[in-house]
This record gives sequence, structure tokens and C-alpha cells, in this order.
Amino acid sequence: MDLIIRDKIKQVKKGDQTAYEDVVMFFQDKIFQHCYRMLGNKHEAEDIAQEAFIRAYVNIHSYDENRKFSTWLYRIATNLTIDRIRKRKPDYYLDAEVKGTDGLDMYSQLATNDRLPEEEVQGMELQNQIESEILSLPPKYRSIIMLRYLEEFSLQEISDILDIPLGTVKTRIHRGREALRKKLRHV
Amino acid sequence: MNCDKEAVKLMHQHLDGDLTKEEEMQLKIHLEGCDSCQKHFHELKRSITLLKSVEQVKAPENFTKDIMQKLPTEKKQVKYMRWFKMHPIISAAAIFFILMFSGLFTAWEQDSQLTVSKQEGLIIEGDTVIVPEGVTVKDDLVVKNGNLKIDGTVEGDVTLINGEIIDEKETTIDGEVLLASAGDINGEFKEVDQLFDWILYHLNNFFKSIFSWSE
Repeated sequence: MDLIIRDKIKQVKKGDQTAYEDVVMFFQDKIFQHCYRMLGNKHEAEDIAQEAFIRAYVNIHSYDENRKFSTWLYRIATNLTIDRIRKRKPDYYLDAEVKGTDGLDMYSQLATNDRLPEEEVQGMELQNQIESEILSLPPKYRSIIMLRYLEEFSLQEISDILDIPLGTVKTRIHRGREALRKKLRHV
Repeated sequence: MNCDKEAVKLMHQHLDGDLTKEEEMQLKIHLEGCDSCQKHFHELKRSITLLKSVEQVKAPENFTKDIMQKLPTEKKQVKYMRWFKMHPIISAAAIFFILMFSGLFTAWEQDSQLTVSKQEGLIIEGDTVIVPEGVTVKDDLVVKNGNLKIDGTVEGDVTLINGEIIDEKETTIDGEVLLASAGDINGEFKEVDQLFDWILYHLNNFFKSIFSWSE
């Protein structure tokens, strides 16, 4: 498969846009899934995954053919998701006025007497529960845990994708596993 | 063995496949004797199993199609630039030819003045060059952008560029010039009136000069 992708990328570099269609087809589910796990929202995931493929196409000439294309593509996608997570934080300031409410701030949107988060979690199916626990991991652990266990990259490949030293990957995956263990212990 | 530090560290190294056989044994022996570590290790493994059990999500329908429609159509300029970058030798050759031909064309267009090679005894009337009767031109004769009338004799070669040879006695038949009825040309006669001929003529001269150099 790597060889076929390599061939297709060569054609894309020569200006053959249709060859890129096969590349997208091959990676679409993986990249979409990665974005979804990072963002926890299908609409955002679709947006970012599309953006990742388009960026990869536009910058295809900066891709070094001696390296794995998947690594490069995942790096683009991961950076975009992390950017998106950073950008959306200001949307959740509690002091911000809620649009169209004439003076109500976000505090008014907080549920008070409803069920506690723990109870909420108990009501969910196991699948959803695991998914929400993954999403509650800090992004820098989440990306590594996802790449290692859902997309099954080696630690070295993860170090290439995230452009961080192998030692840092190991430290983060240890902490990520510990965090996940604490979250999933009672499931 | 310290449970919190050493044992947990070994567990993670085990999960990353980084343990030597010796260390594996150490961990195994410790786990057999330590319930809390055994529990910790079990929880770690279980959380990974749970993690892997999440459903695989698929990209929405038409995902690829949407992307293909959003891809920028390449500007032609970009395409050409890339092509030039990928074929430097061909590009260099193309640029060379463009320069060479543009040089030739400009030279061709600037050359619209009447010029005659310097010989004694020639008469110039307007755009006509006359070799009068009784005059003998000993060298080659070149006339550019003008007509030539030969009443006398030319011993060298005659080259006529962009002009015609005029024969007073009007012995021209079907546009062809009967040289015999004009004056005498003892050398070669050449008439050049097309751009292509002109280029050939230049190339010819160029090669001739090369060969005369090497001789």
C-alpha cells in the first residue's frame, strides 16, 4: 500500500489532481477519525479533516518523499486540531454575554440542580463513557494515546508526527496512561 | 522495590516494549508479591483494552468528493514555473533560442537601409546601384535593400539581399533574370530576399568563417 501511495503522490507532484482523489479515499476514515477523537464533534472534525487534506495538497511540494506520507498527513491534521482547540477556548468565557439574551452571561447557562457529572456519566452507555473520558484528557496526552492505541503508530512514528523527541513521547504516554487509568478505573 | 516509583515505571516500560528480560523478571516477581501493584497493572491494561474498544468512526459520505471540489485549480503560471524548474536544461535551451531568434529578427528589421560593399566606380541612384559600362569590379559585390544594375563586369561573387537585379534591355522572362544579357558576373550570383534565406545566408557565412579560420 505504501508503494501505491508513494506512486500517487509522485503523480500529484507532477500536477495530476485526480491522483490525489485516491490518496484522500485511502486516508479519509483514518484522518476523520483522528480529528473526531481530538475534537469530539463531527462537524468540526469534518471541517478540520478537509482542511488537512487541502493543506497537504497545496503544500505537496514541501513533502519529503523519503519520509512516510501518513506521518506527514497526520502531523498536518494534528496541528490543525490543536489550533482549533486553542481557538475555541475564548468561546467559553463565563463572563461573556450570551448572544441575544440582553445581559445574561454564561453563568446563567450553567445547570445547577441537575444531575452531577458522575451521575450523568453513569447514565451513558459504556462506549460514550469511554469516548468522553478520552476527550477529557489534556490534548497533548490525548493525541499521543490516540495515535498509539487507535491508529497503532510506533512511538518513533509518533515522535516524527508530533515533531517532539522520543523521550518526551514516552513521558507523555506514561502520564496519559495513568490519567486514563484513573478515569476508567470505575467503569 | 518501591511500588510507586520503580514498579510503576517498569509497568509503563513493559507496555512500551522497552524492558530487558531481566527487568521483565523483576517486574513479574514484584507483581506476584504485591497486590496493589497487581491491581494497578491490571487497571492499566484494562484501560487500554477499553480504549481500543471504542467504535471506529467513518468519514461522512461525499467526503472525498467535497475535498476534490475545494482543491484550488492550479494557475497555469505555477504549472509552467514548476515545469521549468524540473527541466533546467530544456529551459536553458529554450531561452537561448528565444534570445538568438529575437536577435536575428531585430537585426533583420534594422537593416532596411541601402548598403553596398565598398568598391570603386559604382554609381548609386536612389535605391539602385549601377555598375557602369567599362567598369570592372574585382572583388565580391554585396547589395542590401536595393536594386542592382550591371552594365559592366563583376569578377567576384554578387550577393543581392532584398533587391532585384535590373536589366535595361528588359530581357526578363517570367520573372527570371537572364544574367547573360546584363553585364558579366564571373563569380557566383546569389539573391536573398526571404527572411529564411537571409538566416541561411548568415549561418552559411558563419560556417564559412569558421572553416576559413581553421584553414
